[in-house]
Amino acid sequence: MSDLKAKIEETAGHFPSRRSAIMPALFLAQEQYGSITNDAMEEVADILGVPKVWIFEIANFYTMYNKEPVGKFHIQVCTNLSCMLREADGIVARLEEQIGVKTGETTADGMFTLSAVECLGSCGTAPMMQVNKTYYEDLTVEGIDEILKELREKAGNGGERRRHDANGGDRD
Amino acid sequence: MTERVLLKNTANPDFHRIDACLAAEGYQGLTKALRKFSPEEIIQLVTDSKLRGRGGAGFATGLKWSFVPKETERPKYLCCNADEGEPGTFKDREIIEKDPHILIEGMAIAAYALGVETGYIYVRGEFDFGARRLEEAIREAYREGYLGKNIRASGFNFDLHVFRGAGAYICGEETALIESIEGKRGQPRLKPPFPAIEGLYGCPTVVNNVETLACIPHILLRGADWFKGIGPEDSPGTKLYCLSGHVRNPGVYELPMGIALRHLVEKHGGGTHSGKKIKAVIPGGVSAPMLPESDLDIDMDFASLAAAGTMLGSGGVIVMDETTCIVRVAMRTIGFFHHESCGKCTPCRDGLYWASKLLKRLEAGKGKKGDVEELERLCGNIFGNTFCPLGDGAAMALRAAIKHFRDEFVYHVEKGKCMVS
Repeated sequence: MSDLKAKIEETAGHFPSRRSAIMPALFLAQEQYGSITNDAMEEVADILGVPKVWIFEIANFYTMYNKEPVGKFHIQVCTNLSCMLREADGIVARLEEQIGVKTGETTADGMFTLSAVECLGSCGTAPMMQVNKTYYEDLTVEGIDEILKELREKAGNGGERRRHDANGGDRD
Repeated sequence: MTERVLLKNTANPDFHRIDACLAAEGYQGLTKALRKFSPEEIIQLVTDSKLRGRGGAGFATGLKWSFVPKETERPKYLCCNADEGEPGTFKDREIIEKDPHILIEGMAIAAYALGVETGYIYVRGEFDFGARRLEEAIREAYREGYLGKNIRASGFNFDLHVFRGAGAYICGEETALIESIEGKRGQPRLKPPFPAIEGLYGCPTVVNNVETLACIPHILLRGADWFKGIGPEDSPGTKLYCLSGHVRNPGVYELPMGIALRHLVEKHGGGTHSGKKIKAVIPGGVSAPMLPESDLDIDMDFASLAAAGTMLGSGGVIVMDETTCIVRVAMRTIGFFHHESCGKCTPCRDGLYWASKLLKRLEAGKGKKGDVEELERLCGNIFGNTFCPLGDGAAMALRAAIKHFRDEFVYHVEKGKCMVS
């Protein structure tokens, strides 16, 4: 049994219906392949024994499944109301300037993808953004350069440094 | 200063660990429920407490539970709505990340009361840190015998799983959440039948918000009268208010239901961060119609806000100072609803597309005569004509913006620029 199949089977055990395992299975496939390709969708359909169209409609309805490859660091800036009021536009502009792409694009070296997204549930620490799975909160325009520098260093070292939030909780 | 209830342990950085919880009063509510109460008595206790759902609608929790059939061959399910996505809201995250066991305990008590053996916590996909905290807490609860088979030797079985959403605001609507757990697109169902009769997998199901469920262990331990003693008579308890936007001290505040909005914003929030005058405040997430500064002397409870034409919603309070362009706020808000419309109902899907387009034109200074009236007409065509409240929320928010700040919209049309900046 492949590693992916084993993980999907484990999560499928949580539900009385195999269809319910589609969403977790797509996350597992995305983790393995980086994005949800047609091949990945077919593989998930085969493992779960469900029609491919069920997989396809889920992959296309929910925004967290990347149908196109994203950069090593996927930067998602919240631009919804609370962040907008705290100058999220300035954060987006600085990021565009510093990494040299427009929102919605990936840098040529595959390092960064920049997206503007809807509310990430972190309005009290606006403006904020998410880089891969990590929240970066209470951002300032000047602080962006430092974060990008850290990310580039992290890519260079290949190491996954842990980041600590203001409350002492660990976020990697 | 009222006692903190839901957030009393969140300052302890180790409280996500079961050891820290058990050293306090962790899982004592569940133990008491299993030893001293029948399931019916717990439903009665929650009914007596007058707890109302904290997800937005404010429906009486005990009443919701009482709709679930007692005698049925079918399995029953309990779902926790942790899909916190209403812009301006970040309270459930506080519980999930810092005191996940209070949620697990609340769910176990609810499951016992309802005759449920399987539960799911639907966490929004972006809350990876919170979801991992919950998964770890669930593992600990199984290990210590608070989840699984024959819990505390009572004969009661309860399995609990985390289900991760994948970036769809609509899944915060309970029937869309159910569809999503079933492995389908998050599109709301027509009600009735209500989930209590036909929910997850067509079986009786209760969907409750994180904050609602976190109240349950406290009600078990301290009683309905204690809970009713906090806040107003018809919607008691404490409430987690989220302050954001142009406010000096943003964050989550646990205060009694019914606190005055002005007091919340000016005393707790410290007024605007800029020192400028407040222009308007959204009291309950972007679906809740905004109130101009002159209307801030209002109590933050379901009835008072409803009487003022707005709602407590999720308790997401967004403050806007006098430099805020309300047309831009409306454009951003309607742009959000348009993006998140699931596409099932034409009035919402197409109406919000047009409203969003018109607002972008207006904001860019390219509005035409009649645009404001056209926006109002669109709101009228959306409101009340959709399966779920997403379209209603959008229409109500836009109507309020136009009602209170019509001159700004007209200025954009006539002068092709903004009145305030």
